[in-house]
Amino acid sequence: MLAIALLVFREVLEAALIVSIVAAATRGVPRRGAALLGGIGLGVLGALLVALGAGRIAALFSGVGQEVFNAGVLLAAVLMIAWHVIWMASHGRALAMQMQDVGKSVRTGASPLTVLIAVVALAVLREGSEVVLFLYGMLAGGAGHLSAGLALGLTAGVTIGLLLYFGLLRIPLRHFFGATNALLILLAAGLTADAVAFLVQADLLSALGEPLWDSSALLSEHSLPGQALHVLVGYSARPAPVQLLAWLATALLLGIGMRIASKAAHRTHSASPQRAMTG
Amino acid sequence: MPHRISILVSVVLALAAMGTARTAVAAEPPSFRLAIVNHRFQPATLTIPANTKVKLVVENRDATPEEFESNDFDREKIILPNSRAVIFVGPLPPGRYRFFGEFNPATAQGVLRVE
Repeated sequence: MLAIALLVFREVLEAALIVSIVAAATRGVPRRGAALLGGIGLGVLGALLVALGAGRIAALFSGVGQEVFNAGVLLAAVLMIAWHVIWMASHGRALAMQMQDVGKSVRTGASPLTVLIAVVALAVLREGSEVVLFLYGMLAGGAGHLSAGLALGLTAGVTIGLLLYFGLLRIPLRHFFGATNALLILLAAGLTADAVAFLVQADLLSALGEPLWDSSALLSEHSLPGQALHVLVGYSARPAPVQLLAWLATALLLGIGMRIASKAAHRTHSASPQRAMTG
Repeated sequence: MPHRISILVSVVLALAAMGTARTAVAAEPPSFRLAIVNHRFQPATLTIPANTKVKLVVENRDATPEEFESNDFDREKIILPNSRAVIFVGPLPPGRYRFFGEFNPATAQGVLRVE
């Protein structure tokens, strides 16, 4: 039972950490709870479908369908996160100045909610499909205590996710969205590096050489802190050069995108009072 | 700002180089086989050349799915019952790299010897 609980825990933890960051980043958005549950529900449904179609997915793209599918899911999540942080950068200032009228506040909820549902669903789908295939195998192999192991692993994983979420909520409000945006950028960079690793595994992309360093003696990805850091910031004990490149490119592009969006928003907001004065 | 744009341009160029690097290495990588039988790897130790990308063909002969995984060389792939999966590994420097079957880690343990 412990072996079952352990595997379920590791998979649930990965999804739970991602869900916690996205949930914290959408703090204060109306109807957030429903979106969160909707995302999880869609993710579970998707996980079952992916597990059922695993054979078909694997056979796609001359045998590397699984890698292409995983990379696609990860990159879709990265795009959603990118959209969110850039959207936040261009609207955050307006929100801070409390300039929003009713129409604006409705739109305020639109981007974070879509992102919340999509990212949560994608994270749950990816990790969930592995749990489904694993449990199917255990069931077929005649292992006992399936539901107890599932319940224990699920509870432990969700608990750590909740701890992260409530820990993040303790960040003072004036630094809060800065902190969650930084976390989202690190998360997106790590997910891109993961996606690239799948493409290298499928030989669709060159690794660009041997791993850059080996810090596995210092912090193994198999340890709990190592795994958590892998999910949160994309930590890898032996990264291929192409993974680091993808990580840096994502972090840089998102950072620049946020800067540009925030400056553009600043210009439009400061331009209107000036026009009023001169005109 | 121009300084930032130059960083951006160099990243894009690096990404483009990444694409051409792939086409430059056109030779077919050497292939190695591995089987999963009764939740164990056969052979449990596999030797591959250093500094070379290799093609690993893993055949799952069990009636249950397995996930081939390695933290040491960063790979993961689900292999369905009675089916084969191709996993490209490396280039790696010489050393011992562990891999395991995540769904049956009690028995499915293996080592990749790179030399």
